[in-house]
Amino acid sequence: MEISKEHLLWMYEKMKMSRLFEERMQAAYMEGKQPVFNIGSGPVPGEMHLSNGQEPAAVGICVHLKKEDTVTAPHRPHHHAIAKNVDLNKMTAEIFGKKTGLGKGKGGHMHLFDPEVKFSCGGIVAAGIPHAVGAALAAKKKGKDWVAVSFIGEGAANAGAFHESLNLASLWHLPLIVVIEDNSWGISVPKSESTCVPSNDVRAAAYGIKGYLVKDNDPFEMYKVSKEAVERARKGGGPSIIEIETYRFLGHFQGDPELYRDKEEVPSLLKKDPINRVMNFMIEKNLSSKIDFEKIDARIAAEINNAYQFAMESELPHPEEALEDVFV
Amino acid sequence: METLTKTKKLTGSKAMTLAIEQEMERDDKIFIMGEDVGTYGGIFGSSTGLKEKFGSDRVMDTPISETAFIGAAIGAAAEGFRPIVELMFVDFHGVVMDQIYNHMAKITYMSGGNVKLPIVLTTAVGGGYSDAAQHSQTLYASFGHLPGLKVVAPTYPFDIKGLMAAAIRDDNPVVFMFHKTLQGLGWMDQIPASFGPVPEEEYTLPLNKAKVVQEGSDITIVGVQMMTVAAVKAAEILDGSAISAEIIDLISVKPIDKETIINSVKKTGRLLIVDEDYMSYGITAEVAAIVASEGFAALKAPICRLANPDVPIPYSRVLEQYVLPNSHKIAEAAKKVIYS
Ligand SMILES: Cc1ncc(C[n+]2csc(CCOP(=O)(O)OP(=O)(O)O)c2C)c(N)n1
Repeated sequence: MEISKEHLLWMYEKMKMSRLFEERMQAAYMEGKQPVFNIGSGPVPGEMHLSNGQEPAAVGICVHLKKEDTVTAPHRPHHHAIAKNVDLNKMTAEIFGKKTGLGKGKGGHMHLFDPEVKFSCGGIVAAGIPHAVGAALAAKKKGKDWVAVSFIGEGAANAGAFHESLNLASLWHLPLIVVIEDNSWGISVPKSESTCVPSNDVRAAAYGIKGYLVKDNDPFEMYKVSKEAVERARKGGGPSIIEIETYRFLGHFQGDPELYRDKEEVPSLLKKDPINRVMNFMIEKNLSSKIDFEKIDARIAAEINNAYQFAMESELPHPEEALEDVFV
Repeated sequence: METLTKTKKLTGSKAMTLAIEQEMERDDKIFIMGEDVGTYGGIFGSSTGLKEKFGSDRVMDTPISETAFIGAAIGAAAEGFRPIVELMFVDFHGVVMDQIYNHMAKITYMSGGNVKLPIVLTTAVGGGYSDAAQHSQTLYASFGHLPGLKVVAPTYPFDIKGLMAAAIRDDNPVVFMFHKTLQGLGWMDQIPASFGPVPEEEYTLPLNKAKVVQEGSDITIVGVQMMTVAAVKAAEILDGSAISAEIIDLISVKPIDKETIINSVKKTGRLLIVDEDYMSYGITAEVAAIVASEGFAALKAPICRLANPDVPIPYSRVLEQYVLPNSHKIAEAAKKVIYS
């Protein structure tokens, strides 16, 4: 399958944007936490789960989505949010706990909601899958060709919500796609010690649906199988599972001592950076030049910079606002 | 003999793991299950070093399948084992509440006492570090509400160790809530209360007793975990205004030690209850109801309660600090009780 230049560029840009966003976030998160790390200190306190290395999962499918399609994401949500065109300024402001944030500072990094582009995420593993089932049900009831995509980690495929949701979605022929990002780890527990099958695509058989396995964090393969799954869902062909073997370049959360992981793992993963892979592919095929990419990178860096500027300059909420928004 | 007892200064986390270690050495029916309890040693240090010592047959990392492994603790307990199961954050109770509420808590009763379930359900509670609405709750009352569960929430390392040993030895399900900030972890707020003298030898403490941690004569302040710590600090502030506060650390959420509380109120005539959990239907309401119905005659002023004002815990620091009680709010509230 040929991937159009337009789509390749879109994927590159979103991956790059996500990566730059995360790199900047990593630095912002560490502010106020040095020399002594205290999770509650600095301008971005609390837990922080970054997605560096996992970008292909998000862009490979979101490139096929429209604004009306729903995305639910887990506790590691920034790459999905960026690929679903969540308002970058408001998202950054939310993570800085500002009044101008998506949730006026109430949600934080694990709880980002942008109804404009039908994006949500949450901190309870696997909890987003049923929400995506509901969005898919709503699309069907409305007679629309919209789909719902739920991103989860491989650890979440062992939760009851995963299995109940897929049975329900298959039973009702709902336009749901569950994307499983297998980054090998559920915090410190390797997949081999949490999951009874080597890959989760085989679990599709249990629900009578199609399962795909994308190996080695391949953005092109992710693009292809996602296209098929999304098209089938739009045409009423029901749900699919896509598992992608991806890379977790960083700790589970920032501050994770990672004593459980071989010191060699990350350096070897870094050599296979998926963003460079797309760029090199495009240069080799004469679709874009190094100079084109430099320009794109500069534009993206400026956009990220604006978002962080916006977030940092925004006002904090007034304390009493804590009492608002419990109900509409 | 008593004087020979060796004590060590330990963090909450070390006190907890030492108790588990000693119990596991004593009784090979005890084993641990939970997410990241093995190699990682528990995200909040509840099982540090135990896998190295007892092996992965007795310290078992689980998939993220709370219904399965917490439910499995029930089946294994009925077979004579004494499982310790960890629900990583209390906030995740939602996915497994059926196993806890309808089974763990009720089977003994429904079986007419013929099935015993010696389970310790450990879980991390507490906020104050901007972990937002789904990772910061204490939910003391949600568990305290259920008949059939003993619920303890100790504050200081000495109590943590003794209560953990007692929880393991008890033949009933015990929910053992440990407060993240009181674990004495290097990557969270460092507070003196999370570090204290603990006897090295085995000992147990009663699962149903509160403790007077500081005596006083003008007002009784009841707290639990970080609110006890905040109340002790508030007492210093109140000292400056010549107000003498008596602080009670609740320790046992279920059952509540009525006697200790009522005896204190009889002495002080005033009561302030502080809770990190939500206000409605919570510990503050429960303690207030107990004193209103069983200690009313002793009251010289209306009972006062401080707790989360019934909002999900917000992320932004300014918002979270607004909804959490702290020593200043406690001192202010105590003054109001006394002067109004
Ligand atoms: C129901 C529930 N159980 C446990 C957790 C704690 N927890 C947060 S992330 C995580 C690991 C998730 O692993 P995975 O799904 O593979 O995603 P990854 O973090 O690797 O992206 C765990 C156990 C949680 N948030 N919710």
